[in-house]
Amino acid sequence: MSESEAADLETFRSETRAWLEANCPPEMRKPATSDDDVFWGGRNAKFSSEPQRIWFERMRDKGWTVPDWPKEYGGGGLSAAEHKVLRSEMGRIGARPPLSSFGIWMLGPALLKYGNEAQKKEHLPKIAAGLIRWCQGYSEPNAGSDLASLQTRAESDGDDFIITGSKIWTSYANYADWIFCLVRTDPTAKKHDGISFILFDMASKGVTTKPILLISGYSPFCETFFDGVRVPKANVVGTINRGWDVAKYLLQHERAMISGMGERGVGRPLGQIAADSVGSDAQGKLDDAMLRGQIATFDVDEAALAACAERAVDLAKAGQAHPAFSSAMKYYGTELNKRRYEILMSAGGVDALEWESERSRQGARPRAWLRTKANSIEGGTSEVMLGIVAKRILDLPGA
Amino acid sequence: MALVLTEEQSMLRDSARGLISDKAPVSHLRQLRDSKDPTGFSKELWHAFAEMGFAGLLVPEEFGGSGLGFMEAGIVMEEIGRTLMPSPFLATSVVAASALNRGGNAAQKSEYLPKISNGSLLATLAIDEGAKHRPLQTVLQAVRAGNGFRLSGAKALVVDGHVADLFIVAARTAGRAGERDGLTLFLVNPAAKGVAIERTIMVDAHNAARIELGNVEVTADSVLGEVDQGAALLDGVLDIGRGAVAAEMVGLSDEVFGRTVEYLKNRKQFGKLIGEFQALQHRAAQLYVDIEITRAATMKALQALDADVAKAASSVAVAKARAGTTATRAVQEGVQMHGGMGMTDQFDIGFFMKRARVCEELFGDANYHTEQLARARGY
Repeated sequence: MSESEAADLETFRSETRAWLEANCPPEMRKPATSDDDVFWGGRNAKFSSEPQRIWFERMRDKGWTVPDWPKEYGGGGLSAAEHKVLRSEMGRIGARPPLSSFGIWMLGPALLKYGNEAQKKEHLPKIAAGLIRWCQGYSEPNAGSDLASLQTRAESDGDDFIITGSKIWTSYANYADWIFCLVRTDPTAKKHDGISFILFDMASKGVTTKPILLISGYSPFCETFFDGVRVPKANVVGTINRGWDVAKYLLQHERAMISGMGERGVGRPLGQIAADSVGSDAQGKLDDAMLRGQIATFDVDEAALAACAERAVDLAKAGQAHPAFSSAMKYYGTELNKRRYEILMSAGGVDALEWESERSRQGARPRAWLRTKANSIEGGTSEVMLGIVAKRILDLPGA
Repeated sequence: MALVLTEEQSMLRDSARGLISDKAPVSHLRQLRDSKDPTGFSKELWHAFAEMGFAGLLVPEEFGGSGLGFMEAGIVMEEIGRTLMPSPFLATSVVAASALNRGGNAAQKSEYLPKISNGSLLATLAIDEGAKHRPLQTVLQAVRAGNGFRLSGAKALVVDGHVADLFIVAARTAGRAGERDGLTLFLVNPAAKGVAIERTIMVDAHNAARIELGNVEVTADSVLGEVDQGAALLDGVLDIGRGAVAAEMVGLSDEVFGRTVEYLKNRKQFGKLIGEFQALQHRAAQLYVDIEITRAATMKALQALDADVAKAASSVAVAKARAGTTATRAVQEGVQMHGGMGMTDQFDIGFFMKRARVCEELFGDANYHTEQLARARGY
């Protein structure tokens, strides 16, 4: 970086810091406490609080719901270096993301790479502005880890496809406006070669959803059924029958997102949270030596993972990243997040067992604990991730 | 600062790797061990190091050094870790040079730093006294005597202690074991009256010694830094050493891992390459992830040291703790996956296991640094 670039970046940092100080409401400077506290956008979106609305609208107006997307598509047009500065300045004051969205985390990057101009112009600005909420139609009852064996079929009918089949684990399908979906357009080709990546409105005739009750007592996922849904062929992203390329690219972003899930809870050190329930001795040490050791070991690993996540971004910027590295991060990040919640449950003891009470905010902790168990399953299981690392990065032989 | 090497740093790595892999592969260590070499490292190689500017890598240019940073020192350490080259680089060029540069007065710097840069002076920090690294537990005593001090006590794991030209000794001038106040660093001539040195042949065949000081007299000019206030200087110097050893362990882990993956791709059992077995694939993949995370944590620590040594403690604790557990895992998996071959002395992998054990103890093991992080975070 030249001196003048470095100086510009410092100016950007001080301006950003001042703007965030002036514009981020105090209520938005701490992590969301529950799913209801997160703003997801969409046709039927409601703000859970006034500060949430203010924060979202101010960030949207700067294009900072998607800071690094081009301005013409509703983004902030920031360089990678500026984006890093913005993230670190938001992190400094604990500012939460103004908008949570599968459109931002998953579909957007895939559209930017594989979408045609009409698709980008149609969909990206609505994602940036939180107008359309997306869901992901990937897994099927018989296509989980072996995703490419999916059976939902799209049959040609003039300028349209007629889509029939079902999806499972569709996150928030019951709230979503549109779906990005993998469908089989050529049943005679090899399993990876006959798949297309297609977009359609969830309000289309023939689409139904059914929430799945999970062990957490929540229903973040649905079964989704397609009964002869008519979708224009123009809605295919990329080339027909080459949808697997788009799917894989998108999965890398999904894995990066899931590996970062643990970071959302960052605030007070875990050891201090534990001290609330476990207590401390006269020297201020946690009154449970074994738990204290577990927490400290967790903290070491978490700090090291954060450094690795930072390095992964820097490597990508420098063009030195291995494309499968997100699988490594996904594996470690999700296992670590499960460890965090095992520790939180252990630290909380009896208090963390309450499922229905005001005191426990309706069992927020045990429900979150159970939710984390899906982290190492969704978006590719830990075992699938390790297999990818072994084959694609280490080049080990076999299957 | 990005967590990737700059172009200059990549060039430095390539030249260090070129020299070290060419002149000092693992067979070099084996040869020194088997011949019971009295010096314990190659003087010729050390001169080559000096000529390439590595001996004075951290020394400011005004004292004949290269004036580079801890990131660069870490790059050289990582390469040393790959072949286990015995070298005065850690004790002299990283730890002692940092102690002199950070704590020394003008006279001390101009006397010693140029000699470190040109490779003519070997120096080392004498810190540990008990079985475990506990800097604040220092009890080696220094009492005022006339214009100077008289030192009595014992030190262990003094790296290069039997060949050093200068000891930097942590001593207690006041207070009791466990207290921060009352620690002082002294420059001690190993040839001074009352100094007894015993070379200790260690498990890793690298240099170490026990030294005993019996009423050793030093002048007031021998104090490095301030009397009674040496803890802050010592913290910084130790953290620099920890960052460097973490980098050595990253190099060591990466090399063991590379050799192990190669073995998985070549060894056949049950009519298959053993690398086809999922049980081994997943363990190899987990180890890969561990090493990459530890590498990033170590780079982060070295960068933090370059930014401000006084504020790097937590990053360094994370790096040294991770490096310890990762290297331990890497060498254990390395031996296990090599099967019976891994247990033979003829095969190199055992050398890595032995060195990793010593690196783990050097400047505090993973438990020590995990404890430091817990204290820093207030629980």
